[in-house]
Amino acid sequence: MSQFEPTIVAFVCNWCTYTAADLAGTSRMLQPYNVKLIRMMCTGMVDPKYIIRALLSGADAVLVSGCHPGDCHYINGNYKARRRVKLLQEMLAQFGIDQRRLKLTWIGASEGNDFARTVAELVEEIRALGPNEARAVATL
Amino acid sequence: MPNRIGVYVCHCGTNIAGKVDSPGVAEFARSLPGVVVSRDYKFMCSDPGQDMIIEDIRNHGVNRVVVASCSPRLHEKTFQKACARAGLNPFHFQMTCIREHVSWVTRDPQEATRKAKHLVAAAVARVHWHEDLYSRKERVHPDVLVVGGGIAGIQAALDVARSGHRVHLVERAPSIGGHMAQFDKTFPTLDCAACISTPKMVAVAQDPNIHLLTWSEVTKVEGFVGNYTVTVHKKPRYVDEDRCTGCGLCLEKCPTKVVSEFEEGLTSRRAIYRYSPQSVPSIPVIDPEHCRTLTGKKCGACQKLCPSGAIDYGQTAQDFELEVGSIILATGFDTLDPAPMTQYGYGRYPEVYTSLQFERMNNAVGPTGGRILMKDGQPPRSVAILHCVGSRDVNHHEYCSRVCCMYALKYDHLIKDKVGHATRVYNFYIDLRCFGKGYEEFLRRVQEEDVTFIRGRPAEVVQEDGRLVVVAEDTLAGIPVRVPVDMVVLCTAMQPRADAAETARVFGISQGQDGFFLEEHPKLGPVSTATDGIFLAGTCQAPRDIPDAVAHASGAAAQALALAARGTVEISPTVSTIDPDICTGCRACVGLCAYSAIEFDARRGVAVVNQAMCKGCGSCAGHCPSGAARVRHFNGRQVFAELEGLLEALPQPPTPRPGADTEPPAAKA
Repeated sequence: MSQFEPTIVAFVCNWCTYTAADLAGTSRMLQPYNVKLIRMMCTGMVDPKYIIRALLSGADAVLVSGCHPGDCHYINGNYKARRRVKLLQEMLAQFGIDQRRLKLTWIGASEGNDFARTVAELVEEIRALGPNEARAVATL
Repeated sequence: MPNRIGVYVCHCGTNIAGKVDSPGVAEFARSLPGVVVSRDYKFMCSDPGQDMIIEDIRNHGVNRVVVASCSPRLHEKTFQKACARAGLNPFHFQMTCIREHVSWVTRDPQEATRKAKHLVAAAVARVHWHEDLYSRKERVHPDVLVVGGGIAGIQAALDVARSGHRVHLVERAPSIGGHMAQFDKTFPTLDCAACISTPKMVAVAQDPNIHLLTWSEVTKVEGFVGNYTVTVHKKPRYVDEDRCTGCGLCLEKCPTKVVSEFEEGLTSRRAIYRYSPQSVPSIPVIDPEHCRTLTGKKCGACQKLCPSGAIDYGQTAQDFELEVGSIILATGFDTLDPAPMTQYGYGRYPEVYTSLQFERMNNAVGPTGGRILMKDGQPPRSVAILHCVGSRDVNHHEYCSRVCCMYALKYDHLIKDKVGHATRVYNFYIDLRCFGKGYEEFLRRVQEEDVTFIRGRPAEVVQEDGRLVVVAEDTLAGIPVRVPVDMVVLCTAMQPRADAAETARVFGISQGQDGFFLEEHPKLGPVSTATDGIFLAGTCQAPRDIPDAVAHASGAAAQALALAARGTVEISPTVSTIDPDICTGCRACVGLCAYSAIEFDARRGVAVVNQAMCKGCGSCAGHCPSGAARVRHFNGRQVFAELEGLLEALPQPPTPRPGADTEPPAAKA
């Protein structure tokens, strides 16, 4: 039986986590290929609908990652993301989707190593968790 | 007109093609809906690469462009400009990163190629929904703000002022000059720091284009590139700047003695004091925490003595606003406090000094009048200089402070020169990094002056029979050494200002992992920041010596002047809009907007975005319950399309769930 390889979508902000991902690349920090980035200007513009759609369309997990608290390029967009993600995690559980499939992290522009580590750990965690429960529903 | 998409996959030499099958990705893209042309090329960013795109737009009717190459943070503008040159709206372009996020970080070439295909499919799906957008032009305010009056800030201010533009120079100390004003000689030429810096300080004060604000701090920054409104907090000096003649009579009779910051604690100053002997401006300042009158005791000595009646105990702080087009940050560095490194005995043994204290001791107007003396007034017979105190040390700062090797060599020379050739000087170093112009030559000269170099970071400094002993390992000889000396100088690390995080917040910029302000690009953008119109100069970005700080500052001045000279700046159209037909008038967005850019139109019952104030963060769009608020270029249709392109392009191989009996249905193909 081959190992389960999850598909993970990451909504990352342009100023911090996307830049950190660039730095991880420039520093040649090997990462699992499972995580694919969607660049947003700020995590504050990540509509919960995007996350739900991702989870219903085949993603096994969603990562939302922005600037550290207080460092947001747009003053406080990351705080708004934090509230939305927290609420959405509560709702996901009620729909039978494991809360761990939605993760929020803060990775600053200079933290390429943090990005690579976060990606690796998330893939490991979701691999252990198995395929998304919602995938079967969505394809019925 | 139907969308005719051109896809361009870059090889980046072997950077991408070494891992990703670029021709294969291009071939795959051909099968995607709407793609009419798909090509791969060695260097898409080169002239022939860009010409390929332009040619396809002009002759093959391509009206949407996707480039798969490096990070859009690097070359998005390059390709947008190429599109614009061909007559295509630059926002009909989408870039996807298959280098930093794929080829450089993926081990398996097959997986790398597959991931690249996913990303290209996502970009193609997204670009279908791109809209015509037009940048708006804004006027650039011609004035420049420089924050920090050390040598970098001084240089930047003088450069900008010489062009004829007005500069506001804000310094939080009572005088400009910064750390350089504390130094004695400068390496490697040994010219005196005051001789080369005071003329520049005076030039700042005399330049009609420079508005000098000392004893002041920036507390708030609002606006955007070209149009910043800056709030400056001017602390009370308690001395009327217009009346004071700088005679210095007031300093003589003040009864209160306070430890002098400028002299690094080696001596004291009065409660009314001039920051340094060469202060610019030379107006004294009263320290309200120690002044007898201001702390409610009986005194008033300075007021009685002042012949021009300039002492004003009732002076209050002032807050005022400045309008500027760009900002240069030159806030400098702090030196590491070695007291917590108890093994070196700083603060415990009187003859252990920091490098800045030693610098003051050497200075002709310093506490010892420029003579190298111990606390008992005798010159030392031997001195140990400990390099890399807090630098190149995982417990403190991993980086090299870049200046310590050279000033340590300067100290070697000064000790031999001032105390006498018989004085023993021991350098405890890790590596000698003498990289600048004339530096290696200076090392050679000092080596010939009979100075001892011991390779090894000392374990501790102890006191035995009233003498200091440096305990270390000579790592070249492989033997432990115990060197008795009279005096120890610690070459302490340069580190970010203690309040750098607060400064970064006020100006809306980031800090790197080492705490210094983060530049836009480590190699090609060391002066600019991620925030347009805010530039860095000198040691606030990284440790630097004087020539490098001055060069960096001139670079920042050139950047600020480029903005001011052009006079206009293009502002991205990727801001928020609220569709009045959908808006229900719930006003949730009004409270969410961090820039107060959304107002409620009571007559129509809808929220309206002020486009000049909107920064396009999308806080409103992320929340809007009715979907009326959208960010241009990041609207729901575009993100959904990207998402679906990403997830649907290739069927995932059916993956059995661990422990499950039945095969789950395959993912959507």
